[in-house]
Amino acid sequence: MSEAIEILTSASLWAAVLRIATPLIFGVLGALLCERAGVLNLGIEGIMTAGAMVGWLAVYWGADLWTGLLLAVMAGMLAGLLHGLLTVTLGLSQHVSGLGITLFASALSYYLYRLWVEVGDLPPTITAFTPLHIPALSDLPFVGEVLFSQMAPTYLALVSVGVVAWVLARTPLGLALRMTGENPHAVEAQGLNPLALRIGAVVAGSGLMALGGAFLTMATFNSFFPSLVQGRGWICIALVIFASWRPGKALLGALLFAFFDAFQLRLQTVVDGVPYQLFLMAPFVLSIVALVLVARRARVPEALMQPYRRGER
Amino acid sequence: MRFERRADVSVPALLVAPFAAILVSLALCAGLIVAAGVSPLTAYAEMLRGAYGSRLAVTETFTRASPLILTGLAAAVAFRARLWNIGGEGQLYMGALVTAGLGHSMLSGLPAPLAVALLMTASMAAGAALLAGPALLRLRFGVDEVVTTLLMNFIVILFVGLMVEGPLKDPMAFGWPQSVPVAAGLRLPDLVPRSRLHVGLLVALLAVAVVWVVQMRTVFGAESRAAGLNPRAAAFAGVPMGRTLMLVACLSGGLAGLAGSIEVLGPTGYVTTNLSPGFGYAGIVVAMLAALHPVGVVGAAVFVATVFVGADAMSRATGVPSFIADVIMSVSLLAMLTALLFTTYRVRR
Repeated sequence: MSEAIEILTSASLWAAVLRIATPLIFGVLGALLCERAGVLNLGIEGIMTAGAMVGWLAVYWGADLWTGLLLAVMAGMLAGLLHGLLTVTLGLSQHVSGLGITLFASALSYYLYRLWVEVGDLPPTITAFTPLHIPALSDLPFVGEVLFSQMAPTYLALVSVGVVAWVLARTPLGLALRMTGENPHAVEAQGLNPLALRIGAVVAGSGLMALGGAFLTMATFNSFFPSLVQGRGWICIALVIFASWRPGKALLGALLFAFFDAFQLRLQTVVDGVPYQLFLMAPFVLSIVALVLVARRARVPEALMQPYRRGER
Repeated sequence: MRFERRADVSVPALLVAPFAAILVSLALCAGLIVAAGVSPLTAYAEMLRGAYGSRLAVTETFTRASPLILTGLAAAVAFRARLWNIGGEGQLYMGALVTAGLGHSMLSGLPAPLAVALLMTASMAAGAALLAGPALLRLRFGVDEVVTTLLMNFIVILFVGLMVEGPLKDPMAFGWPQSVPVAAGLRLPDLVPRSRLHVGLLVALLAVAVVWVVQMRTVFGAESRAAGLNPRAAAFAGVPMGRTLMLVACLSGGLAGLAGSIEVLGPTGYVTTNLSPGFGYAGIVVAMLAALHPVGVVGAAVFVATVFVGADAMSRATGVPSFIADVIMSVSLLAMLTALLFTTYRVRR
C-alpha cells in the first residue's frame, strides 16, 4: 500500500502519464474528427503503424525530426484519402474498408521496412526527440518535471485538442462537419458538399492518427518493429465512444487511460507473485468496462456509418 | 458519375468479382516486387512453385488452408447477420488453449474418437462463449462489438501467455513458454503420410457443409440472413432479433474456436502465443473474398493459404520480403470490397 502511495506521489509517474497519453491524444482526436463527420475509421491501427514507419524512416535516412513528423502525417493522409474514396465516394462498408486499410497500411509498412532497412540482430535506431528544457520552468520542483520537461510533440498534442475543439465548436467549417455527421441531406440542402466534407475530415483525421504513430518510433522508442502499435489504435476507437465524441472529454479519457497504464507499469515492479500479463491486460479490460459504463448515455452522431449517396434515401 | 442500385444482384458479376479482385491485387503488388529488384513474373512463378511445386508444398498449403476455412466461415456467418466479429483471432486461441489444457491428460481414459469429439466441442463452446459476451453487451448496453471483439483479442493472447508460462507450462520444453502437449493418442491422423496435412481439413470441410445447410435450409438460417439484409424489416416480420444474434454469435465463435482446436490436435500438438500467424484476421479477408458464401470460403481460404505458403518459399528464393503476402491479401480485400459494389450498383453518368 505504501508503495502505491509512493508511486502516486512521484513526479516521474505523472510525467509518464503525459508521455504515454501523447499518441493516444493524437489518435483519439483523429478518430473523433472522422466520426463527427460520419465516418468510422478502423484504419487507425494501420495508419498509426504507417506513421510510425514513415516518420522513423525519414529520420533514419537523414531528415530532421520535424520533417519526419510531416512526412508521417502525409502518409497518414494518403491512407485516409484511400479510406475516404472507398467509404465516402463509393459508399462501401466502413467496417470492412477500415479493417482493410489497417491490414494494408501495416503490411505495406512492414514490407517497405524490410526492403529498405538492413536489420541485424537489433533493429537500427535513430536519435529520437528528447525532453525540452525550458529555462526556469523545467527546474520547478515536481511541476517542472511533469509539465515542463516533456518532448515537443506532447505540447503539439495538447494544442491540437484545443484546435480541434475550437474548429468543431466555433467555426462554420466545424458546424458543417458536425452537420455532415448528423444529417448529410441537410448539408446538401445548404448547398455544401457532404462528400467533400467527409473526405476532408477523414484525410485530416488520418493525418492526426499518423502523428500518434510517429510519436511511438520518434519519441517513445527510437526504432521501428512489427506490431509496435499494440492495439493503441483500437483503444483510441474505444476512447472516442467513452468521450461521447467530445474533444475535451477525449483528452480526459486519454489521460485517464495513460494514468492507469503508467501506474500498472510501476506497480508491476513492486508487486510480486502476480503474472505480468494481468497488468498488461488491464488497459484492454478497462476500455471494455468504460464502454459498457458510457454506452447507454453516448450521443452517437446520427449518420455515423451511413454512406451518403445523392438521390438515395 | 453516380451510382444506381440494380434491381437484382448480378450473379455473373458476383462470380467474377473475387477473380477480378485477386488479379487487380497481383497487378498492383507487382510494382512492389519490382521495387525489390525482382521480376514479378519470376516472383509469382516462385510463389506457385512454393505452394504447389512438390507433394510437401501442396500438403503445407492445405494444412494452412484448414484453419483459414474455419475462421473464414466464422467471419462469414457473423457478417451475414451484421454481427461484426473481429475477434476470430482470440476465439481461435481460446479454442486452442482449451484443447491443449483438457487434452493433456484428463480425457485419457476415453476412446480416442470420443475424446477428440469432446475436445472439439469444448473448444467450440469456449469460442462461442467468448463471442457471446460482446454480443450480449451489444444487445443489453448497445456496446459496439467491433471494438469489444478487437480488444478481446489482446486480452485472450495475454491470457494464453499467462497460461503457457504458468499453470499450463510444459516442464519438458527447456524453459520455452509453450503449453503441455495433448496426449499423443488424441492427435488427428495424417491425411497424407509423411506430411503435416491432417484430418482437420475434413473437419473444416464438414463445417462448411453444415453451415451451408443451416443457412439455406433452416428457419434460423433464413432469420440470420434476414437480420443481416434488413434488420428493421426482419424485426417487423417477427424475426426474434436478440435470439438470432446470440445464436449467430455462438456459431461464429464456435467455428473460430474449432479452428484453434484442430491446429493443436493437428500440426502443433501444443499452444504458444504465436500459434496463429493472424488466422483470425485473415479469416475476414477469406469471408469477404467468398462474398460471405460458405462454399466460396473454401476457395478463398485456399487462395490465402497459397499466397502465404508461396510467399515464404518465394522470399527464400528471391529475397523479396515475405510481408508481400500480407500486402497481396489486404489489397485483394479492398479490391473485392470495391468489386462487390458493382454487383449491386451500376455506374451512370
